[in-house]
Amino acid sequence: MADTALDQLKRSGRIVVVGASLAGLRAAEVMREKGFAGSLTLIGDEPHEPYDRPPLSKQVLLGKADAERTLLPRRRDIDAAWRLGVAATGLDMAARTVKLADGEEVPYDRLLIATGVRARPWPNEVEAELAGVFTLRTREDGAGLARALAAGPRRVLVIGAGFTGSEIASACRERGLEVTVAERGNGPLVGALGGVIGAVAAELQRENGVDLRTGISVTALEGDSTGRVRAAHLSDGTTLECDVVVVGLGAQRNTEWLAGSGLGAGPRGIACDAGCRAFDLRGIVTDDIYVAGDVARSPHALFGYQFLSLEHWGNAVAQAETAAHNMMSESTDRRPHLWVPAFWSSQFGVNIKSVGVPSMGTEIMITQGSRSERRFTGVYGYQGRVIGAVTFDNGRWLQFYEKQIESTAPFPPPFTTVDRRPDGQRPIPADFPDPSVPTHGPTITLSGYSPAERRIATFTPAGH
Amino acid sequence: MAHGILSQILDYSSRANPYPLYEELRKTPVFHDGTGPYVISTYYDIQSLLHDPRLSSDARNLAATAGDPLAEGGEAEETALPPSFLKLDPPEHDRLRRMTNRPFGPPHSPHRVDGMRGGLKDIVSGLIDNLGNTEDIDLVDQFAYPFPVTMICQLLGVPREDEPKFHVWADTLAASLDPDPDADPAERQRKTHDSRMELGMYLAGLIEQRRKDPGEDMLSQLAVGHGPDESMSTMELLSTAALLLIAGHETTVNLITNGMLTLLRNPDVLANLRQEPGLAVPLVEELLRFEPPVQLLPQRTPLVDIEVGGITIPKGSSMWLILASGNRDPNRFENPDRFDPYRKDIQHLGLGSGIHSCFGAPLARLEAQLALSELARRLENPRLLEDPPPYRQNAVLRGPRHLRIACDGIRA
Repeated sequence: MADTALDQLKRSGRIVVVGASLAGLRAAEVMREKGFAGSLTLIGDEPHEPYDRPPLSKQVLLGKADAERTLLPRRRDIDAAWRLGVAATGLDMAARTVKLADGEEVPYDRLLIATGVRARPWPNEVEAELAGVFTLRTREDGAGLARALAAGPRRVLVIGAGFTGSEIASACRERGLEVTVAERGNGPLVGALGGVIGAVAAELQRENGVDLRTGISVTALEGDSTGRVRAAHLSDGTTLECDVVVVGLGAQRNTEWLAGSGLGAGPRGIACDAGCRAFDLRGIVTDDIYVAGDVARSPHALFGYQFLSLEHWGNAVAQAETAAHNMMSESTDRRPHLWVPAFWSSQFGVNIKSVGVPSMGTEIMITQGSRSERRFTGVYGYQGRVIGAVTFDNGRWLQFYEKQIESTAPFPPPFTTVDRRPDGQRPIPADFPDPSVPTHGPTITLSGYSPAERRIATFTPAGH
Repeated sequence: MAHGILSQILDYSSRANPYPLYEELRKTPVFHDGTGPYVISTYYDIQSLLHDPRLSSDARNLAATAGDPLAEGGEAEETALPPSFLKLDPPEHDRLRRMTNRPFGPPHSPHRVDGMRGGLKDIVSGLIDNLGNTEDIDLVDQFAYPFPVTMICQLLGVPREDEPKFHVWADTLAASLDPDPDADPAERQRKTHDSRMELGMYLAGLIEQRRKDPGEDMLSQLAVGHGPDESMSTMELLSTAALLLIAGHETTVNLITNGMLTLLRNPDVLANLRQEPGLAVPLVEELLRFEPPVQLLPQRTPLVDIEVGGITIPKGSSMWLILASGNRDPNRFENPDRFDPYRKDIQHLGLGSGIHSCFGAPLARLEAQLALSELARRLENPRLLEDPPPYRQNAVLRGPRHLRIACDGIRA
């Protein structure tokens, strides 16, 4: 058999993975599984081997798990050269090298970018530096916040009631701490799930003793003479005394290091095709640079070919597997990443799951259970089809609704189901906030070309 | 009554090896002979139907003309006890299962099952110590039956010495699940009804005692009841207790017996298990795929016309989901007829899936893991005296009635 370029790559090629977290690790494992015998370098700006993040906003804050002990399990040995604690600072696409913060340049034949996202910091840098002000993304964040909560603060302020903010509030209440949540929108989770579900989440928080304030923003944080946060000023003119503040304003994509590289990377992520191959700035697909995980944005047939960026654990795994597979395959054997978005959260004793893209939905119908019991399934509709679904403590049915989304089933569903209640007979407006108003981490960002959108994005796919 | 391949599956002569019949059945993924149930036999169809909210488990949604031989007992049952949560849909199902789960599993009782580990080990050791004549052991009567029965009695707080009493009722009720083509339906119905009634009265007496003098057992905790849901009515409590008692000892027996039979047919695996007791964990999963104790779920009914594999199944039809067939579907599992405890991809249907997935699964798994690893460790050179062994009549809850084995001795 002819010795192809792919055979050579597999035998003795150099693969560099930038981003040593979930997606980077899984991709590396799959490459080895598919027979990659060349050199493999994993670059990560954090000093740790890949660890799991979901426990950081849950068990770690409750003191039930140690932030230092959430290393991701390994599926196999990846025999990699690890470059940890050193950030990638630049990419030379022509020379095929990645530049590191310590000045070194790492050459590659194939590059996988999985640099993920970071927590959006409090915009006022001086206030953000106050002791007692936290964001929550890394292991250090989790350990620090867990210590702060364990010390028994008199009041915690959580800014932003997205999933992370709500989980933190839940942990605070479970620890018996007083907590205020300040949310600019009209309820928790509204960016991801809409106002109808946001109202349920609001009730859940209030019943659990959270001082939830909606339609309000924090205008300033104030420190004491020792540099510790002591109060927050709110947009309604009031002042709130608090000794721990958690900034839960969503995430920013780690793409700055690619500025000037010519890759199609910007604040909304790195554009790539359905096979995870990155686009350059001119909309031309590269053949040696792949993208996976939170930092990627790729077109999805099920959602109008809009570019989808997902901050979902399962997406990171699935996309990494697809990217690694495609990196190790001839063009005819490559496969698309058409994962249906799926997400879960746990807060106030309720298990929340969603599939599809609820935030595309304009209507919602409660097809099973009831909102007042906070055990239900809500199905989202968009232009007469099922586009997403959410469950509160009802997740065992979700697989069915996922198939409905995959098969572009009609909305409202024309059939009845077990546990249909009177208030689930017809759809109601899902009540999503105006998309031009920024919200805390929606976890799914739609950023593709839409004919109704009269602006030019960083990347615009051809119309035909 | 079912005809053709269905009656062959139900026929006792197929009991030892129904798998070739399932293979035949999978050629028609939605099988319907005109009068009987709609039979689903492929993995992916079963898997999605188990999560399909258009499917009811409540026999009251079955059309009168559904032609389900298993549905005949329905009316008689209701005169004795209301349906257990196994045969209910949400929200009633969810409420009862949730309340039942409170004293059994996480989040409220996270350590209940694991806390039974020591007790389980002691019972296993005691039973093996007393196997007696190693030249002829009946593994069912001497081990696989008494073990789970002792455990479920302890868990529920049912006196072990009453076993001869409830054994008869439990047997009759388990048999009522089986569409035995030879039995007289009226006679069967009467016997089932009587057994449910007597079991109900027996449990009512126990529950009355527990209410006055509650202990740590599940019956006490269910009878006293607390949590956000209101407590169970007496009738609901009786149904639930009867379900736990029967399901808790009519299934694990078969899991353990099928397990030992499979191990004795695969001596290399048995040898590995002796060396490496931890193998019991994946081995039991593979067993649940390869020889599931519950072969089929005969109690599903669509609330509306639904389409499966291009066939429209009318509202109110009776549907059977053949779990054991899905588990051997070559479109899902590589070499499905090979018993391979090292299999990586093992999402079997042996414990069902969706809201009705086996309630007792954590306990059943632990019981089977402990039982099989201890038998492997302690029996010296075990061998089958009869292969295939005689099976129980039941096609739904399938397993050997006796498993005669011999060994050279019992290790300490």
